[in-house]
Amino acid sequence: MSMPETTSAPGAPVINMGTAIRDGLLEAARRDPSVIFFGEGVEDPAALFGTLKDIGKQIGHDRMIEMPIAENGLIGIAIGAAMAGKRPVVSLQRVEFALLALEQILNNAAKTHYVSNGRHNVPLVLRMIVGRGWGQGPEHSQSMEAIFAHVPGLKVIMPAFAEDAKGMIAAAVEDDNPVVVIEHRWSHYTTSPVAEGYVHRPLDGPRTVREGDGLTIVATSYMTLEAVRAADKLAEAGHPVEVLDLRVIRPLNLDPIVESVARTGRLLTVDTGFRMFGIGAEIASEVTSRCFDLLDAAPVRLGLPDHPTPSSRGLVKGFYPDATRIARTAAEMMGLDDAKISAIEEDILAARKDIPLDVPDPFFKGPF
Amino acid sequence: MQTTTGDDADYRLRCLKQMLRIRLVEETIAERYAEQEMRCPVHLSIGQEASAVGVCDALMSDDRLFSSHRSHAHYLAKGGNLKAMMAEIYGKRDGCIGGRGGSMHLMDPDAGMMASIPIVASSIPLATGTALSDKFDNNGKVTVSFLGDACLEEGVFHESANFAKLRGLPIVYVCENNLYSVYTNLADRQPDRPLTDIPAAHGIEHRHVDGNDLEAVRKAALWAVETARSGNPTFLQLDTYRWREHCGPNYDNHIGYRTEEEFQIWRARDPLERYRKMLEESGTLAPASFAGLEKDIQAEVNGAFAFAIDSPLPEPTEALAHVYA
Ligand SMILES: Cc1ncc(C[n+]2csc(CCOP(=O)(O)OP(=O)(O)O)c2C)c(N)n1
Ligand SMILES: [Mg+2]
Repeated sequence: MSMPETTSAPGAPVINMGTAIRDGLLEAARRDPSVIFFGEGVEDPAALFGTLKDIGKQIGHDRMIEMPIAENGLIGIAIGAAMAGKRPVVSLQRVEFALLALEQILNNAAKTHYVSNGRHNVPLVLRMIVGRGWGQGPEHSQSMEAIFAHVPGLKVIMPAFAEDAKGMIAAAVEDDNPVVVIEHRWSHYTTSPVAEGYVHRPLDGPRTVREGDGLTIVATSYMTLEAVRAADKLAEAGHPVEVLDLRVIRPLNLDPIVESVARTGRLLTVDTGFRMFGIGAEIASEVTSRCFDLLDAAPVRLGLPDHPTPSSRGLVKGFYPDATRIARTAAEMMGLDDAKISAIEEDILAARKDIPLDVPDPFFKGPF
Repeated sequence: MQTTTGDDADYRLRCLKQMLRIRLVEETIAERYAEQEMRCPVHLSIGQEASAVGVCDALMSDDRLFSSHRSHAHYLAKGGNLKAMMAEIYGKRDGCIGGRGGSMHLMDPDAGMMASIPIVASSIPLATGTALSDKFDNNGKVTVSFLGDACLEEGVFHESANFAKLRGLPIVYVCENNLYSVYTNLADRQPDRPLTDIPAAHGIEHRHVDGNDLEAVRKAALWAVETARSGNPTFLQLDTYRWREHCGPNYDNHIGYRTEEEFQIWRARDPLERYRKMLEESGTLAPASFAGLEKDIQAEVNGAFAFAIDSPLPEPTEALAHVYA
C-alpha cells in the first residue's frame, strides 16, 4: 500500500505514533526550559502509554510534576503556571479525566488571553487519550472533540500519523495558545518513517492523504486510517476518492476541503466522536453554504450513534464506523451498483480475517 | 449483610465465608482472564476483602452502597447477585446491567448496591445525594461511600463532606487506603499528615483501623453506621493493600514501583488467613471444616462462571435502549 504520509525523510527509522509524540515532546522540552510536564504517574513504569518515557531522565526530574488525582485543581494550576511564563504539558490517560476540569479549560484556559485584552497568554498543552476496545465501556472511550472545539480560544488537534504527530506536538508546545491534543489510543500503534531530531508541522489545517476525483472524505484521527483503507479499495475497484486528514479541528481551515469538494462534488465526513452535533456537522454545513451549487450529492456524515459506548463486544458491534461502512457509503454516494459495492466490502472484510472487533486491526499498524 | 438464619447466625462464620467467597471469585477471574473471554478491564480486590466484608456486615439489606472501579468485593459483600456479576464481566445479556458497563460499572440496586463509577471520586457526591434523599424520607437508611486513598485528592470529596456535615446526612465515607493510586505511592501525592485530619477538618467524626483485621473493621463500621443513622456523617480509614496489579490479573512487584518485600509484609497480613486462624483458635471453626467451605463455595463460583459463559451475548440493537427514560 502506498504512503498516506508524505514523510520528510523517507529513509528515517520506522516508529509508532506514541513514540513519535514522545520524541516530539522531548525535542520541544530540550529547546525550551520553560516546558514542564504534568501527569498522574508522570514518571511511572507505564509513562502515559510510553509517550513520556524517560523524558525526566533527559531533561531533569524537577520538570516532571506528579499530579495528585485532582484534575480540576491541577489543570487550573497548569493554567496559572502558563500565565506566569511556563509551557506546561498536561497528559491525561483518558479524555474523560479532563471533564473534571472543564470549568478551568473552557473558562480560564480558553478565555484568559481574550479577557485580558491580550495581556496574558496561556501556552498550555492538554493531551488526552481516547480509549477503545477491550470493553472500555461508556466512561473510558469518549472522544469529545466537539466539546472543546465549540469554545473560541482553544485550539484542538487530532493527529493520525506518526511523523505528523511528532511535528504537531512540537508546534502545540510552541504555540502561545492552549492546545487540546486528542490522541486515539489505537493511533498510537501506527507506524511510519519519522525524521529524527526536531520536526515541526504547523497547525494549519487538513492534509490530503489520498487523491481522487470521485468524492471527498474528511476524517479525524483513527477514522482517517479507516478512510484510507476504504479509499484504497475503492481505488483498486477503479473509483479513486480523496481523503483529507483534518488534523486541526480548531481553528478550522475549510479552504482545502472546499477546494476538494468543488472538484469532486461530494462530501463524506467521518467523526471519531458522536455524529450528532459533531465535527462533521460543522464541516458539512460550512461546505454546503460555500459550494452548494457544486454539490452532486447531499453531504453525508458518519460517526458514533446516538447512545453511549457499551462495554460488551455484543453491544459494540457496528458502533464504530469502519472501512467497510465508509466504502459502502462513499460508493453509494457515487452511484456504484450494489454488486460492485458488495465486492468491495467483501474484499475489506477478507483482509480483516477473523480478528475480534474489540482489538486494533494489525492492518493499521503501518508503516504508513 | 446481617441475616439471622442457620450458620449465619454467627457473624463470624458469615464474614469468613463472605471473604472466602470474594477471594475465590477473584482468584477464578485471575486464573481464567487469559482465556480472553472476560473482555473488559478488571481491578481486583484480592488482599482487601476484610474492609468490604466488615463494613457491609454492619449494614442492613436496604442500606445503600456506592463503589468505584474496584468494586467486585463491595458488590458481593453488599449482597449483589454473583451470577449477574460474572455475566456482566463476560459482557453477556444476563449481566447485572446487560453488558453495558463490564467490571467497572457493577451495580445491583435491588441489593442496595447502587452503582460503581470508574471515574475517581465520581460516586462520592451520588452517595451523599442518596443520603440527602433518605434523610428527607426519614427512612433510616444509611449510605456507604467506598473511596480509595486517591479520592481524598479530588475536590468533590471535600465538597461532599462539607455538605454532609452541614446537613447531618446519614452517610459513611469509607476510605480504603491501599497506599497506591495505580503506580504512585501516597507519599508522592499527599503531604505527610494523617488522612483522618481531612474529615476532621470538615468536622466529621472518624476512626482509623487496620483494614485487614475483620473484627476491627466490623467494630468500627458498626459505630460508623449507627452514628450516621442518627444523622452524623462518619469517616473510616481502613489501611490495606492490593496484592495484584492495579488493573489486570497479574502480580507486578517486579516492575519497580513497589518492592517484593513490601508485598510480602502485607501478604503476611492476609485478612482471610488471619481470620480463619482466629476462628480456628477460638473454636468457632473446626480445624477440618475450612477445606469443606472452600469446596462448597468454589462450586458456587464455578456455577456462576458457567452461567456467565452460557449466557448469550446481547444483540447490537439492544444498545439503543434506555438512552432516555
Ligand atoms: C478522574 C479520574 N482520574 C484518573 C483516573 C485513572 N485512575 C483509575 S483508578 C485510579 C487509581 C485510584 O486510586 P484509589 O482511589 O486509591 O483506588 P485504588 O485503585 O487504589 O483502589 C486512577 C488514577 C480515573 N479513573 N478518574
Ligand atoms: Mg489506592
